[in-house]
Formats: sequence, structure tokens, C-alpha cells
Amino acid sequence: MGATESYIETFVELIRRASTELPADVLEALEEGRKVEKADGLATIALDTILNNVDLARESSAPICQDTGTPVVWVHHPAGVSTRGLRNDFVAAVREATSRKYLRPNAVDTLTGSNTGDGAGRGIPFLHFEEWDEPRVEVRMILKGGGSENVGAQYKLPEARLGAGRNLEGVRRAVLDAVVDAQGKGCAPGVLGICVGGDRVSAFEESKRQLLRPLKDTNPIPELAELEERLLREGNELGVGPMGFGGETTLLAVKMGVLDRLPACYFVTISYMCWAARKAAVSIDQEGGVTWLS
Amino acid sequence: MAELKLPVSEESVRNLKVGDFVELTGRMITGRDAAHTWLIEDYREEVAPYLEGTVIYHCGPVVAENEDGSYDFVAAGPTTSIREEPYQADVIGRYGLRGVIGKGGMGPKTLAGLAEHGAVYLHAVGGAAQVLARAIPRVEKVFMLSEFGVPEALWVIEVERFPVMVTMDSHGNSLHAEVEERSKAKLRELLGFAV
Repeated sequence: MGATESYIETFVELIRRASTELPADVLEALEEGRKVEKADGLATIALDTILNNVDLARESSAPICQDTGTPVVWVHHPAGVSTRGLRNDFVAAVREATSRKYLRPNAVDTLTGSNTGDGAGRGIPFLHFEEWDEPRVEVRMILKGGGSENVGAQYKLPEARLGAGRNLEGVRRAVLDAVVDAQGKGCAPGVLGICVGGDRVSAFEESKRQLLRPLKDTNPIPELAELEERLLREGNELGVGPMGFGGETTLLAVKMGVLDRLPACYFVTISYMCWAARKAAVSIDQEGGVTWLS
Repeated sequence: MAELKLPVSEESVRNLKVGDFVELTGRMITGRDAAHTWLIEDYREEVAPYLEGTVIYHCGPVVAENEDGSYDFVAAGPTTSIREEPYQADVIGRYGLRGVIGKGGMGPKTLAGLAEHGAVYLHAVGGAAQVLARAIPRVEKVFMLSEFGVPEALWVIEVERFPVMVTMDSHGNSLHAEVEERSKAKLRELLGFAV
């Protein structure tokens, strides 16, 4: 394991990449959306502006969006690595990235309303640790903005209003309802991270973890792969469009995970990720060598 | 595409229609959650001249402070406007605002306020923080910075050709209401409910 200082600097660079460089798979999905919109509508203006913005952010190493979100981080580590040390380093990196303007000071004291000023706060950033057999540390993160977080939803099936029972057809109905409810407010076109099952804690975490997946991958569970594809198509048929202006591109991808559930519970949990679906990943070997992952 | 100078007259604003693409040049002010409740709690005389005849931008920017004490906007896209729905119409009426810039649109109370007072809702592209920061060449002044923090402070800014779409006008039209209605009809169809 490398020196602690080098961890902090690597994490600052991880945050910089996430905040300023839109991943290639997201950019590609936006470009495909641009092609299917009518030439002179507001949807086209919105997507052109978005694509221009992505270029400017990368060139100037400045945040794609001023809401630089909550860093949500998944760390895999070998046995013997101090997770407390990793957490302290990551928090220090958030503070440094905030002072360098890669992040906005984004932590507000809920009771007093004052901003902590340095990007860190109670529960921010949010880190998950898991030990694995490999000798290296792998860190994967998303930056999850507040506008999209506000349109996330959790459904409890059955839901009579939607005719949604406790099966994948019920899941489909809940997800489509959530897309209509969100309209453009989560900065459409968005990516849906979904968890079927789980409880009210585990399901939201799993729904966010789904947002790490490459947008074009195929779900290994065939019935979920089929439902993802169907929901992407039907979600786009709803016509909400970029920014909610109306149009063909409402969703960029739908990603679904599954957790087992209590007999009494059947949750459908949806995390909406804005078009600025910011994610970045890094692998750090035993000697401190850094490899950037896509 | 039309260019609109700020401050702007009621007449010019009443000419704007849903679907218009407009570029704004002149002085405006930012304000979001904390600012709106603060503006309603009491009449804020010191800020009032910076609101009259111009627009309020729902924005929580990333800001750099220069060595001479001046500020630059590093990233400055719109935030979701609907959170200001309980306050917006009153803020417009009380301070003589001619418009609101944000994203996601607003509800019936604001739409009625736009018609009553002669104002518009202007939609900036959400997440386009670099495109929009480049249309903000100068930060003139800031109110309530230490109390509210950087994202929530009221920043008085100069804008140049700041691109926005009219999505709610002063004649009772809302693109957001139209799109929502259409998408709800489509949802009923996809769920097999009577349309």
C-alpha cells in the first residue's frame, strides 16, 4: 500500500475526472439522442447545448454541472487495509477538490441551514466498503446531484392506482409512473438505476450501484435484460424529452438489480440520474500504482 | 432568436410566447431556496433595486474568489424551480420582477402570477454549467453570502447573450403543463387504462 498522501491526491484526481469529464458511454447515448430529435425544436437546442457544455467542461477541467452532487463511493479492498484510513483520505480529498472548485461546497447543516463550506458533512461523502480477494484497492464513484435525487422514488407493491401487482409487470408499471412523475425535473434525458426487492435501506444503495454499469451492457439475468430494454423503449415513448421540453429522448438507459425481500415487502426503488451521469473509477495496486478504469 | 436587454419593460415581456428562444443581456440576480423565504419574510429594501424590472435566476453557482476580492462564476447552471412554487408569485409581485430563470418549470400559482404581474418563466438548459457560466462575464455584488453560503447567496451578475427558452408566458401558457398532460395520456395507454 502506498503512502497516505498519495491516496488523497489520487482521490482528488478521481473526483476531478468525475466532475469534469463525462464518461464516453454517456456521451455516446446523448449523441444518439441528438440524432433522433426533430431538427429545429427545443429538444434539439437542449441537446446541442448539453453536448457543447460537455466539451467546454472537459477542455477547461471545470464542473460539467454546478450541482456537483453527493460523492457516492464503492470501495473494494484486500484484507488488512484500514477502511477508516481510506474514509479519512476520501473525506480529505473531497475538501481539497472543493477548494480547487472541482466540487461546489455541497453539504448543508440540516438543523442550522449553514453550509459546512468544505464539501464534507455528516453522511457526506457516502462510502461503502467491501473486502475482496484481490490485492488491489478499487474505488468506483458517482456524483449524484440534488435535482435528480429529488425525483427518485420507492414504490411498495401492490399499488392499486397503477394496477401494479407483485411481479415484474408491477415493476414495469411503477417505473413508468416514476418517469412521468419526474418529467424534466431530474434533468432528462436520464439514466434509471432500479432495485427490485430489498428493504428500504439496501434497495436505495443497490439502485445507485446500478448507475455504475456501462450504459450499453446487458443484464446477466435474462428477464431483467428484457425488462430494461422494454422500459427504455416505453420510457422514451412517453415523450417527456430533453429537459421536459417534449421529444423522443427521455431516458438514456435503464439498469436494474435485484435483492431478495421479506415475505411482506415488495419494493421497487428508483434512483434517477440526470444526463450528466458522472462516474469515475480507479484501481490502486500494492505499490501505490494507479490505473484509471472506465 | 430574439435578444432581450435587462432591465426589461412589461410590454416586451408580454410579447414573449412559449417556444421562443431568447438571449438575455444586462443585470440579473441569483436566488434559490433560502433567498425566496428570506425575500418573503420581510421587504428587503437593500436588495429590492436589484430585483425590479429584471429576472431572478434559480442558480447555486460554483464561485472563485480572486485575489482582489472580486468573484468569478466557475459553473452556473439552473436548479430545479418547483421548490420555489409556494413563494415565487409573491416575490414577483412584491419586488416587480419581470421573469424567473430556472429548470423544470413551475406550477399553477406561479403561472397565474406571471399573468397578473406581466412576467415570464425562462428555462435554461439544466446541467449546462459551463455554457451558462461563460455568459456571465461579471459578478457585481453579493448579498447574504456568510449567512446562506455560496450556493444560496443572492449574487448580482452581468450576463451577455445568456440563452433561455420561454416555457411559461404571461398569457397562461405552460409548455410543462402540455408535456405533462401528453405524457400522462401516453402512460394510461401503456398501462392499458381507458384513455
